[in-house]
Amino acid sequence: MNQYLIKRYTRSTLIHCFLLGVALTCIIPLWWMVKSSLMTNETIFTDRSLLPTQFNFRNYFLAWTEGRFGLYLLNSVVYTVSVVVGIVFVASWAAFAFSRLQFPGKNIIFYMFVVAMMIPLPGSFVPLTVLMTRLGFISSPYSVVRQAGYILCMINVGLSLSIILLKTFFDKMPHDLEDAARIDGCSKMGIWWHVALPLARPAIAVIVIFNSLNVWNEYILAYLLLNDIPGKSTIMPLQRGLMVFAGTHNVDYPLLMAGLTIAAVPIIILYLLTQKFIIRGLAMKDSLKEGRFFKVKMDTMREAK
Amino acid sequence: MAAFMTNKKTRQVYHNVLTNFLFVLPAVVIFAIFYIYPFYETFNLSLHEWNGISVDKYFVGLDNFKDLLRDKVWWSSLWHAAYITLFALTFQNILAFSLAVACDREIRMKNFYRVIFFIPPVLSEVVVGLIWRWILEANVQGGQQVGLLNHFLYTIGLNHLVNDWLSDPKTALTCIAIVHSWKGFGWGFVMFLAGLQTIDRQLYEAARVDGASPWGIFFNITIPMMVPVILVVVILTILGSMQVFILVMSMVGQGLVYYTDVPVTRILSAMHLTRQYGYACSMGVMFGLILISLSFAMKQISARMKQV
Repeated sequence: MNQYLIKRYTRSTLIHCFLLGVALTCIIPLWWMVKSSLMTNETIFTDRSLLPTQFNFRNYFLAWTEGRFGLYLLNSVVYTVSVVVGIVFVASWAAFAFSRLQFPGKNIIFYMFVVAMMIPLPGSFVPLTVLMTRLGFISSPYSVVRQAGYILCMINVGLSLSIILLKTFFDKMPHDLEDAARIDGCSKMGIWWHVALPLARPAIAVIVIFNSLNVWNEYILAYLLLNDIPGKSTIMPLQRGLMVFAGTHNVDYPLLMAGLTIAAVPIIILYLLTQKFIIRGLAMKDSLKEGRFFKVKMDTMREAK
Repeated sequence: MAAFMTNKKTRQVYHNVLTNFLFVLPAVVIFAIFYIYPFYETFNLSLHEWNGISVDKYFVGLDNFKDLLRDKVWWSSLWHAAYITLFALTFQNILAFSLAVACDREIRMKNFYRVIFFIPPVLSEVVVGLIWRWILEANVQGGQQVGLLNHFLYTIGLNHLVNDWLSDPKTALTCIAIVHSWKGFGWGFVMFLAGLQTIDRQLYEAARVDGASPWGIFFNITIPMMVPVILVVVILTILGSMQVFILVMSMVGQGLVYYTDVPVTRILSAMHLTRQYGYACSMGVMFGLILISLSFAMKQISARMKQV
């Protein structure tokens, strides 16, 4: 019996060592980022200890003002909020219609959104950039117009997944409440606002959180579509600003690390608060990309026939 | 009177359908402008020669694709992506699978590990790439190694291993592949763990009662039950890793560094540096076809395996 216990304990210790080792490799780079952001330009190259030896918050102040990370952060917040609000409205209208209302071509339009998730076309940002240039979004003298172009593109990026997720949720919802609202003289718009949307809160939460993460982390469209005009305040989001800052010669590393921390901390906090929603959104996206969702739907349709 | 009634009724039906359609209109308009049109235009432009500015586009048929087949830089970029993908398929997925198996049993701090492992996947590629660029930095200042990795190697006495990791053509791609796997293994872990938890515990108990060894249980129950999940993870790893490029841009920069070029950075270079928009689109089309045929082939294999 004793031998058995020893065996069990050594095994569980070994397993914990393995897991802890990998967990450390996840944390050390982030720890190193935060630690480096607290050093000065002189000490960062000489002090290599893993424990922080000084707390120099001047870098954050400098990053905020001189490094323009305050503006980048503000822009990121503006983009994230407006894209997510846009997606919630546009996607929930569409999903509500796909689930509850009748109009010709309903299924075809819905499956267009599903198929769009399955087809990878890496080069499509080339014509998209051309289109945005032609429509005047990229070189407009008004920063609002340039920002609007980016926001519209980002709404499109998150749209398919959000519509599909919300539609499957609406499909499972009971019709009774809507019928009651209709009998009481509620319009379709009223049913959407007073009944469907409040009931879909769990699905909306997944959409809001998952899309916030995506918009916050987005780089390539910001790189292609958002250009600063000299003499005007920047419209770049954080990810773009970080790359611009890192691309300059003689990178000021403590400042860059402060910028990285500013970009990483909000997303880590969001993740720690809402893990389940993020993983649920990701699982949905995966099943769509891999084509499983489509296959299941087609099978049920075939059976229904 | 009757005719008037039906007329009114049909008008009402039309009105009804129209208001119903108004609900999907914003989504359809955005989707048509920002997805369907660029999608069509990618194929269209791939048959043209165009510098992105001039009014004239020259129709060249499949010439872009012919050039592409002979383009050595393009093929080497595809090989680089394949290298990163093979690395992710083996190293990242085996690591993720073993972590998931270790976490599947009744152990303490299971949730802690789950939370920690998923932190790298939620960070952006820009942030991850720049953190690792700082760790792999090769400059020497005041006789001290600047980068953490080189400093560590220097301190433990492995001087001969100190290297300019990201500028050395021999190591740069492997570094990118390792960082990509570092960012991705938490995702694989979550997928595998979800799969493992659907396996019926009674199967394990029955096997144990029958006297099966832990390895026997692993190879005869866990692996066969996990085949569908493994195939899904493999397909998604291929699709994701082949298209990696922001990590390359943030770790070594884009366009000038031939030894880490991946297909998407090639497309960006053809667009921004040499201004060959048609050529860039033909790369996109060919790469898209390669990705679709890869995932189709994987699905055929998985269908076979399910029948067996």
